[in-house]
Amino acid sequence: MIWNALGLAVREILRNPTRAFLTVLGVFIGVAAIITMVTLGQGATLAVKAQISNLGSNLMLLRPGAGFGFRPAAGGVPNFSEQDAAIIGEQIPGVAAIAPVRSAALSTVFLHTARTTSVVGTTPVYFEINKWVLAEGRLFTAADLRSGAAVCVIGETVRRELFGADNPIGAKIRLGKASCEVIGLLKGKGQAGMGDQDDTIVVPLSTMQRRLVGKASSHDITQIVISGREGMNGDAVIAEITLLMRQRRNLQPNQDSNFSVFDTRQIAEALGSTTQLMTTLLTAVAGVSLLVGGIGIMNIMLVSVTERTREIGIRLAIGALAGEVLLQFLVEAVTLSCVGGLLGILLALGLCAGLAQLIHVPFNFNVAINLIAFLFSAAVGILFGYAPARRAARLNPIDALRHE
Amino acid sequence: MSAPSTPPLIEVQRLTKTYGVGEAAFQALKGIDLTIHRGEFVAIIGPSGSGKSTLMNVLGCLDVPTTGSYRYEGIPVETLTNDQRSLLRRYALGFIFQGFNLLARTSARDNVELPLLYRGLPRRERQERALAALTSVGLPTKLRSTPGELSGGQQQRVAIARAIVTEPSTLFADEPTGNLDSVTTRDVMALLTKLNVDRGITVLVVTHNDEVAACARRTVLIKDGLIASDLTRS
Repeated sequence: MIWNALGLAVREILRNPTRAFLTVLGVFIGVAAIITMVTLGQGATLAVKAQISNLGSNLMLLRPGAGFGFRPAAGGVPNFSEQDAAIIGEQIPGVAAIAPVRSAALSTVFLHTARTTSVVGTTPVYFEINKWVLAEGRLFTAADLRSGAAVCVIGETVRRELFGADNPIGAKIRLGKASCEVIGLLKGKGQAGMGDQDDTIVVPLSTMQRRLVGKASSHDITQIVISGREGMNGDAVIAEITLLMRQRRNLQPNQDSNFSVFDTRQIAEALGSTTQLMTTLLTAVAGVSLLVGGIGIMNIMLVSVTERTREIGIRLAIGALAGEVLLQFLVEAVTLSCVGGLLGILLALGLCAGLAQLIHVPFNFNVAINLIAFLFSAAVGILFGYAPARRAARLNPIDALRHE
Repeated sequence: MSAPSTPPLIEVQRLTKTYGVGEAAFQALKGIDLTIHRGEFVAIIGPSGSGKSTLMNVLGCLDVPTTGSYRYEGIPVETLTNDQRSLLRRYALGFIFQGFNLLARTSARDNVELPLLYRGLPRRERQERALAALTSVGLPTKLRSTPGELSGGQQQRVAIARAIVTEPSTLFADEPTGNLDSVTTRDVMALLTKLNVDRGITVLVVTHNDEVAACARRTVLIKDGLIASDLTRS
């Protein structure tokens, strides 16, 4: 009986190529749209997450001013000192490593190429805290830091922009007023929602203070980067740092903190909620196309209901059981829907792979969304293919035959 | 008159059929008593709206009576489920309709094979029997033609082939020549007569064509939902 039904269904499909095509098309578009949208949305989320994990695990930042907007230390908001960093490192047990940072945007010149780069003056432990990996050359050492050596380590973007195909190691570049020797090249971390992390130059803190920036504010620390111990309670450590800094600045209980401490988890949450919103929007759009596809299927099935009802009448009149007729129609609807669904998945795969490259997000094959889209579209196809047949098969054969 | 040892082929008593309910109800059959024996050739005639087609549909198990009893070979049809009536049609009855009712875009052979498919016959036997049936109606060369490619007479012959391919014990024909010209009508009626005589198939024809009715030995006249006369030629 099942083979009979399968054979009948396949013949019936081949006999109505237009109807078959339109049904398949409805499922196809719905499936392809929703899978593509959701997969790309998730790719974008993954890209943001990957970038945050590149920032370093257990990374905490201490910045001047309230909140974690990216803004310079404005008037009235004090910067930090090297002593702040040293005392936090000594007194708070949850801190594994701590590096004071003095950063400034400086003009960067090599031969005839000039650009502006964010230059960071810090201590050697900074590389470890921020998970920088050396690609070539060497990092600067404690000795370089003590002597204030005119050396720098450059990021991948700086290398590409200034040196092109040339080897940067050993070259001298001009940073602001001083000349520095390039001793190391950092491995690229990639581009994403937070800007280009590779557009950076790192120099010893003493070099920054003595050679690169003006005397008046040369000992200000614009930011302190901290890595927590493995398994530490981030919120507790942040609370301890906050308390310590408030004491050091003699802030009264009724005064707001004029600095802020936050960790990667908070950054991740802020960025995550944005990409989450994007994914939700895309999914809603895709859901609409799935719905439109479903309505297309419904239309084509309802349009052919008269013809199908007569056909069912003929089959019943010559002795088919209602169950046999229904099985045939069910198999037909399932076959068309599955073909459409599989084609939709294939198209989505191609689209995702191509678009993911185009917009620089990772392409992850998501089994769940493929399954959900496929099952939903198949359900629509089956429901609207099967329901009219079900109604017709319940009629007396003569009523089905007379159906207008 | 002694009671026959086997029940008659068709035996209906006080059969009624009402369409609709309440004020709009229309009684198409108002109490039919009719007995038909194996091998008969019966014409059911009557004016339009007399209920002859309704009677035919009930007798052919395509429709159910409202009240009354209907026994086919002793089986009480009014008590059967939809599926049981389907099986009765599958194994014992054949139909020919005024509008042919062939499956569109489907070859003559596939149309004729269809009843055999539901009987679960293997492909080879289906094809042989379909060819034999199409040959017996004079269309052995039109196996692959779809209804759209055939004339009305040819379509009706395909429909007859489909009805007889299962070798039914009874053949129901509702205005089988209603859409055909007089020459084709004679061909089709000759075919039905031949099936009745050669194979002993009981034939019931609903018609308002006198020439068609003349082929039958027995003529039942229906008027206003009741049998007005029931004549058998000697």
